[in-house]
Amino acid sequence: MWRPIFALIRKELIAVFRDARSRLVLVVPPLIQLLVFGYAATFDLNHVPIAVFDPDHGQASRELVARFAGSPTFSVRKVLDSESQGSALLDARAVQMVLVIDPRFTRDLYQHRSAPVRLVVDGRNSNTALLIEGYANTILSGFALRWTAAHGGPPPAAMLDIATRYNPALLSRWFIVPGVIALLTQVVVLLVVGLSVAREREMGTFDQLLVTPLRPIDLLLGKGLPGVLIGLVEASVITVAATVWFKIPFRGEIGALYLGLLLFVIAITGLGLAVSALAATQQQALLGAFLFMVPSVILSGFATPIANMPRWVQWLTFANPMRYVLVIVRGVFLEGTGYSALASQYWPMAVIGLVTLIAAAWLFRKRTV
Amino acid sequence: MPPPTDAEPALRLADVRHRFRSGPRDVAALAGVSATAMRGTVTGLIGPDGAGKTTLMRLVAGLLRLQSGRVEVLGIDVGRDPLAVQARLGYMPQRFGLYEDLTVQENLDLYADLQDVPPAERRARYAQLLPLTGLGPFTKRLAGRLSGGMKQKLGLACTLLHPPEFLLLDEPTVGVDPVSRRELWRIIEHLTRESRTTVLFSTAYLDEAERCDQVILIHEGRLLGAGTPAAFTAEIAGRSFLASAGLGRRELQARLSAAPGILDAVIQGDRVRIVTASTGTAASADWSRAAPGLSLTPTPPRFEDSFVAKLRGIARANEPPLPPASPTATPVATAPPPPVTTGSTPGGTPEEPVIVVEHLTRRFGPFVAVRDVSFAVGRGEIFGLLGANGAGKSTTFRMLCGLLPASAGRLRVAGFDLRTAAATARARIGYMAQRFSLYADLSVRQNLRFFSSAYRLSGARQIARIDWAVGEFDLAAVLDATARDLALGYKQRLALACALMHEPQILFLDEPTSGVDPLARREFWRRINALAESGVTVLVTTHFMEEAEYCDRLIIMASGRVLADGTPASIKASARRDDRPDPTLEDAFIAMIDAAGTEVAA
Amino acid sequence: MSAATTRRIALIRKEFLQIARDPSALAIAFLLPAMLLLIFGYGVSLDARNVPVAIVVDHPDALTASFTGRFAQSAYFRPRAYLTIQSAERAMAANRVTAIVWLRSDFTRGAETTGAAPIGVLVNGVDANDARLVEGYVQQLWAGWLEDRARADGRAASLPITVEPRVRFNPAVSSKDYLVPGLIAMIMTLTGALLTALVIAREWERGTMEGLMVTRVRIGEILTAKLVPYFVLGIGGMSASVALAVFVFGVPLRGSLWVLTATSALFMLAALGMGLLISGVARNQFVAGQIAIIATFLPAFMLSGFVFDIDSMPRAVRLVTHLVAARYFVAILQSVFLAGDVWSVILPNAAALAVMAAIFLGLARMTARKRLD
Repeated sequence: MWRPIFALIRKELIAVFRDARSRLVLVVPPLIQLLVFGYAATFDLNHVPIAVFDPDHGQASRELVARFAGSPTFSVRKVLDSESQGSALLDARAVQMVLVIDPRFTRDLYQHRSAPVRLVVDGRNSNTALLIEGYANTILSGFALRWTAAHGGPPPAAMLDIATRYNPALLSRWFIVPGVIALLTQVVVLLVVGLSVAREREMGTFDQLLVTPLRPIDLLLGKGLPGVLIGLVEASVITVAATVWFKIPFRGEIGALYLGLLLFVIAITGLGLAVSALAATQQQALLGAFLFMVPSVILSGFATPIANMPRWVQWLTFANPMRYVLVIVRGVFLEGTGYSALASQYWPMAVIGLVTLIAAAWLFRKRTV
Repeated sequence: MPPPTDAEPALRLADVRHRFRSGPRDVAALAGVSATAMRGTVTGLIGPDGAGKTTLMRLVAGLLRLQSGRVEVLGIDVGRDPLAVQARLGYMPQRFGLYEDLTVQENLDLYADLQDVPPAERRARYAQLLPLTGLGPFTKRLAGRLSGGMKQKLGLACTLLHPPEFLLLDEPTVGVDPVSRRELWRIIEHLTRESRTTVLFSTAYLDEAERCDQVILIHEGRLLGAGTPAAFTAEIAGRSFLASAGLGRRELQARLSAAPGILDAVIQGDRVRIVTASTGTAASADWSRAAPGLSLTPTPPRFEDSFVAKLRGIARANEPPLPPASPTATPVATAPPPPVTTGSTPGGTPEEPVIVVEHLTRRFGPFVAVRDVSFAVGRGEIFGLLGANGAGKSTTFRMLCGLLPASAGRLRVAGFDLRTAAATARARIGYMAQRFSLYADLSVRQNLRFFSSAYRLSGARQIARIDWAVGEFDLAAVLDATARDLALGYKQRLALACALMHEPQILFLDEPTSGVDPLARREFWRRINALAESGVTVLVTTHFMEEAEYCDRLIIMASGRVLADGTPASIKASARRDDRPDPTLEDAFIAMIDAAGTEVAA
Repeated sequence: MSAATTRRIALIRKEFLQIARDPSALAIAFLLPAMLLLIFGYGVSLDARNVPVAIVVDHPDALTASFTGRFAQSAYFRPRAYLTIQSAERAMAANRVTAIVWLRSDFTRGAETTGAAPIGVLVNGVDANDARLVEGYVQQLWAGWLEDRARADGRAASLPITVEPRVRFNPAVSSKDYLVPGLIAMIMTLTGALLTALVIAREWERGTMEGLMVTRVRIGEILTAKLVPYFVLGIGGMSASVALAVFVFGVPLRGSLWVLTATSALFMLAALGMGLLISGVARNQFVAGQIAIIATFLPAFMLSGFVFDIDSMPRAVRLVTHLVAARYFVAILQSVFLAGDVWSVILPNAAALAVMAAIFLGLARMTARKRLD
């Protein structure tokens, strides 16, 4: 009973690799997305252009400005003669922050009085604004502590001793690139599986298949397994690229990763088959896949944390297989999370996979035999 | 520009060549075509699919860059000034650019605007065209909801809104029912008579050549001949006969087509039409040996006879002479071994019908695609479902194969309803889908291997069947070619081979010969006949009326209804009239429609 | 009315009729934008709120309570008490908390005698952006605590510097306020480039282009007839998005509507130019869709400054962003919505848009031929 299924799988794989369009779908978008996400998608701030207004010209203020200028995060573009110049630069997006130092800054410091510093940040991109503020605060408190140590004065009662787990340099890339494994696997599996039945419908070969003694379950397996296979291969290639090219640490067990990927690919294959069974043409399948993909990526925690979403949206994400696999991929890569800790992520995907496959089988029956 | 005289040709083609890339291959679509068409005439551009007709049409319309040679339309060099030509010609492409989501009226208005028809003139033009095309009652209908024939008539109407001096029609009659076809021709004839328009009309239907004033015959990008239809048939005058003998017509046809000196043998009614290599019946002794009791009646030659004679001439000149199909026995010997039958007695006399259809009805929403259809097919019969696109034959066909549930009625194929029967029941049937649906990305070998596995063949049997297919269908040379790149004739053979891998008892063929050239079509029917002789039941759909001649029995469908049921001879006999003593099936079809008084096209 | 005008109007009318009757065009023009707006308006937020934090206090007393109490009051944190640092670390490993704040047993003594008592803060850095924001919030909270304590003790502030942060244009620093305006650029890219490319590819597929080609229509007329309806559709989509942004999502619109409309028109022309250019290359919908998504939509999303800061990208990528029309439009959108009519932003970016529109439309016109090959 397995022979016809193997024949189907063989045929499916040959068809995918011999068709120029399918090869294109397998190679080009993943490559472009890996590059774009690996290099362009970053929340890390570098060379943030800032302007400085320092009417104090004292020793302390110059030291403070030097600290900003020496930081890789900031680059001082302009030293201002008036504060209003700063507003204009900010408006024109020439700089993203203006550091305004009080005229009595150095004097206040020597007299152990609180010396005010003002940070004016461009809030048009609120995330960047918050990050800039955070970086500037770190520099300012570092300066303050050094000053206190060097020039005397009462130390603060308590000090923060911040350490970061798993991603000590806080590189966005470590967060984004493992996510790309899930993202690209989803794109490729959805397109390959989603288009396969529609393509056969367009070419007329689907009728041909239906009049053979193949049963619906044979068709389902024959159509689904190639997707699972291609998805796993694609995921493996990107995993290698992530560790070798982007140097993302891999701290967990490979088996824990693959168990997650397998369940994920099965769930997506089920979805792809359902889309495929519903679509009459490749165009419709493409549109259907796109309509599913956009929200599923955005509401997965891929770029923005699910915890920040409103409660009802968070409920929606429980139906999204990508949400689980992202936790698994990042956990295994960066935190070295093991099987037992990931169990709560594995089983929902298994349930989604089961439901989508049953739905696909039902739709296959309904639409065809 | 001085008004040109009628003596000047409207179209002059001089050594036109055109190549284009198709995947990895460089294809010569046209390999040096020279011809002319006179003003005010209807010129038929005739050849099978892939002959280069559409490429030539597009070159004449200035839609393709001329690569080599010269095209002159109404005295203008198309290569130099395509816009000037386009302003004076009308062109109806094969899939005419009707906007399917616009209504008939909206399409007409759009093309009237695009062709600068002034509003005042427009009303008169509509008043003339709408009755002529019979579109009057349907102006508010979406073009996508029209039947094939109506779409073509609307396309023609849109092209004719601004009466062109030169009209290009690319296969306007493909898939159109005989009634609409007749109407299209009436419009064209009306047009040429009224306004002396020159028409270039391309078609794959050879019988339409006889309606043209002149014919340009092309095959595989080469000019086979040009002239009046009469000139073509005159070349083979005295070489066409109707043969009969004390044999079954299929048997007779098989023997005669293998006999030396006979270029063509096709079934026509109860007899076999042959075309001989030379005039007279000098070799008739040989033929009589092949078919004892042979009697020949001379018959006027048809255009198709001359085309096949020309093609055979080329085939013989280009290739080493083919050995006769099989020197000792009849071609039947090459048929597959008798299928594994379940219980029914061998022999070929139908006792228990293999396919039974009773009161079959299929609705799509309010639309009734198939209405109360009943028929029965016996074992070893070739049964035809005839009708135009949209007549309901494909729907009936799909229901029989279990691809579509019936809304009402009963159907049995080899005792099963394939829709509800176990999957293994489908092992009894072979199915060849429309357009020869193969896996285009797989090679010939991979296709054969896949379909044999899908039919659950394995081990030695699978290898033996693949070897059989390769040998029987002459596929050895193309075994590793990708199916997409195959010539249409090969595709058709491969599709049939795939459908026969598991030696089915029943064979379903959906439009099995559309587009292939007459030689490939003959080859195909030779195989089907052999299969039927060996006891395989064949159900075939076609919109080629002349192909119905191959069927033992057939039904003619229109608008989902059965119009007629019987043998080709009985159906033709029903249309016999004093002024038409020897009607064709097409005549019979039209007569039936007229009699039924139904609006087929609607 | 000249014949050419009649032809243009006829084609434009046809295009509108088709849009109105084609469900897939309507899906791309309306359903997809609505979905994007809803997701971005409601679903996507970069602002860390209610971050779960494990609080471990070895020796609870009044001083530690004054510090940890601030976490409970903050909108940014959702503190959870853990008895031991080990249990807190387990919670972090299981992703139940994002950060741990640990006040060791000698905290109060250290703070009251030598000062500089350490507050252990451990952040899960997997989501680097989130981690940074959390660190920033903790710092703010700490500085505020120090200041209050100093004031309570009647001393000068215990840090020698006081920082007054001031976020201009978006004082509430809500990410919705910058994501939703940027989204308008995405939506217009969808209608301008993707839909236009698909619609023209469909005309090739269905053979209607061939039908048009043989009439007296000039290729320029076909192009303008495609431009006008999709331009109107795009501007319509823009207006609907602006209305939704302002009235439903409460994003401020500080600039003037006419600037918004004028620059949108420029961007729409550039997007249409890209769509026409793609349709000249790709004559079936599948290929056209792929190219449009990869060449227009993806860059508009990733390389426009819509989500990711362009200044922080590597130099090579930064150079590439100059070829992305959406980059200029996103800059204008964020300014016009949140800052007002800032001419120093609007003029150079609008000029860049005009240049890109001219180049794309010019290329589309030059490459279009009234021929099938």
